[in-house]
Amino acid sequence: MKNVVSIQEVKPSCTNRRSFLKISGLTLVGTSLLLAGCNNDDDENKPVNQFPGPRNGVFDLGGGDFGVLTYAYALEQLEADFYTKVVNASGFTTNFTAQDQIILTDLYRHEVIHREFFKTALTGALPDAKTQLLPNLAFNYGTLNFSNRTQVLATAKALEDTGVAAYNGAGKLLKSPDYLLLAGKIVSVEARHASAIRSLINPNSKDFAGDDVVNVTTGLDVASNPSQVIPIAGGFITTKFTAQYLP
Amino acid sequence: MNILKFIESLADESVMQAKGSRRESLGQFSKLGKNLALAAIPFGLASTSAYAADISPTPSTPIGALQLALTLEYLEKEFYQMGLDSGVIPLSENAGRDRKVFEQISKHETSHVTFLIAGLGGTASANFVPKPTFDFTVGGAFRPFNDYPTFLALAQALEDTGVRAYKGQAGNLISTPDLLTAALQIHSVEARHASEVRRLRGLKGWITGNQRGAGMPAATQAVYDGEEVTLQAGYNTASLFGADAGSESYDEPLTTAQAVAIANIFIV
Repeated sequence: MKNVVSIQEVKPSCTNRRSFLKISGLTLVGTSLLLAGCNNDDDENKPVNQFPGPRNGVFDLGGGDFGVLTYAYALEQLEADFYTKVVNASGFTTNFTAQDQIILTDLYRHEVIHREFFKTALTGALPDAKTQLLPNLAFNYGTLNFSNRTQVLATAKALEDTGVAAYNGAGKLLKSPDYLLLAGKIVSVEARHASAIRSLINPNSKDFAGDDVVNVTTGLDVASNPSQVIPIAGGFITTKFTAQYLP
Repeated sequence: MNILKFIESLADESVMQAKGSRRESLGQFSKLGKNLALAAIPFGLASTSAYAADISPTPSTPIGALQLALTLEYLEKEFYQMGLDSGVIPLSENAGRDRKVFEQISKHETSHVTFLIAGLGGTASANFVPKPTFDFTVGGAFRPFNDYPTFLALAQALEDTGVRAYKGQAGNLISTPDLLTAALQIHSVEARHASEVRRLRGLKGWITGNQRGAGMPAATQAVYDGEEVTLQAGYNTASLFGADAGSESYDEPLTTAQAVAIANIFIV
C-alpha cells in the first residue's frame, strides 16, 4: 500500500512476523523471497473508509479485501461481457471450428458464473451494497471484429493471461483465508482457459504454458499488481473508475 | 522431516541397487495392491525403514506448505524425466506436439524443484526435505513408461492433483505474502499444464463434476472426489447453466492429508 510506509518497521505485528520468519529459517531463502514485507498488513492504519464506492462522483474500487474483490468483479465483468459478445456474434457457428465453439461457449458460461458470483457475494458482504457495489460497467472493443477468429482468440488470450496475472498478484492483498481460497478456486480455472486458448491459437507448440508467460528459470507464472492490470483491462472499459487504495 | 528419514535418503544408493530384484518381485504380483505386493518382497529387501517411507502430513505453516509442494514437485519432475528418457512418448504423436508439451512441462517441474529448495533455505537447511523414492508403477499396477495412454493418464492425475494441492496450501501461506505469491505463480502453471494434458487426452481442459474422465484408471478417482461443488460462498453456481458448468468454473482444494495420501501412492 502506498500509505504509512515509513512507520511500518516499528509496528508490533510486523516485528512479530519478522521474528517468526527468522525462527523458521526462512531468512535463508533466496533474494526473490527475502522481500516478504509487511506492507500489506496495514489495514489498521488505513483511513477509516476504504469501502468501494463513489468518491467525487467517480466509483473507486476501494481498498482491503472488499477492494480486491471489487477489482476481481470488474475483471470478471469484462471477461463475461467479451465472451457474451463472442458467442452471440453473427457467424459464430461458421467462423469458428467445432472445438473453438465448445471451448468459447464453456468460457462464456464460466466467466458469467464468476461475474454473478462476485455480484452476489459482494452484495451480501458489503455493509451498504446499494452505494458500494460496483455498477455494471460499459465496454468498448474498438475495431475488434467478433466474427474474426484470429482477433477473438488473440483477445481471449490477452484477457485470460491478464486474469491469471491479476489473481496471482491479488492473492497476497487478501486478509481473509476464505476469500483467498475463493480467488484460488477461480484463478486455476482462468489458467486452464488461458492454456486452452493458447493451444487453439498454436496447437502444435509449447505455447499453452509458453516462455512468454512462464519464467524459463523459475517456472513461475506472471503476477501483477492492480496498478499494472487496470491500464490493460481499462482499455476495454469505458465506465470511469479509480483504484486509489489498491497497489 | 525427521533425522531417520534424512539418513534413509542417504541410503538411496543401496535402495537403487536393490531395485532390480524388488521390481521383479513386484512384477509377479502385479494384480495385487501395493501393500500386498510389498508384503511379498523377500524379507531382506523389505526392511521397514526403506519401504515404510510414506510421508506424513506436513504442518499447517508456510514451511510445511513448501515442504509438501516440494515433495509433489519431486514426484512430477521424476515422472516426466523418466517419461522423456524412456521414449514412451511417441515422437510422431500429433506431429510432435506431445513431445514438445512434455518437454515444456518437464522443464517447469524441474524449475519448481530448484525454486522450492531455495525457498526452504537450500539442501543444508533443517527445513529441506529430500526426494522420496518413487514407484510410478504402483507395485506393478501401472506401466506408464511402456504404455503411452497410461503415461498420459498419470500425467493428468498428477497435474490435477498439483492444482488442488497448491490451492489447499494457500491459507497456510497467508502470513508470508511473497511465498504465497510464488506458490500462486506455480499453482497457475500447474493449471496450464493440467488443461493441456487433459486436452491431449481428448477431454476438456477443466474438470466437470467429480469426473476423472474417459480412460482414467479408477485408482485416480481420489484426485477428482470433491470437485463437484456447486455452492461457492452461498452462491449456487449451477443456477445459470447447470451443475456441469457450475462445477467447472471452480477448482476445489485438497487438504494436506488428501494430497499426502495421493503422493504416498507413488512413494515407496
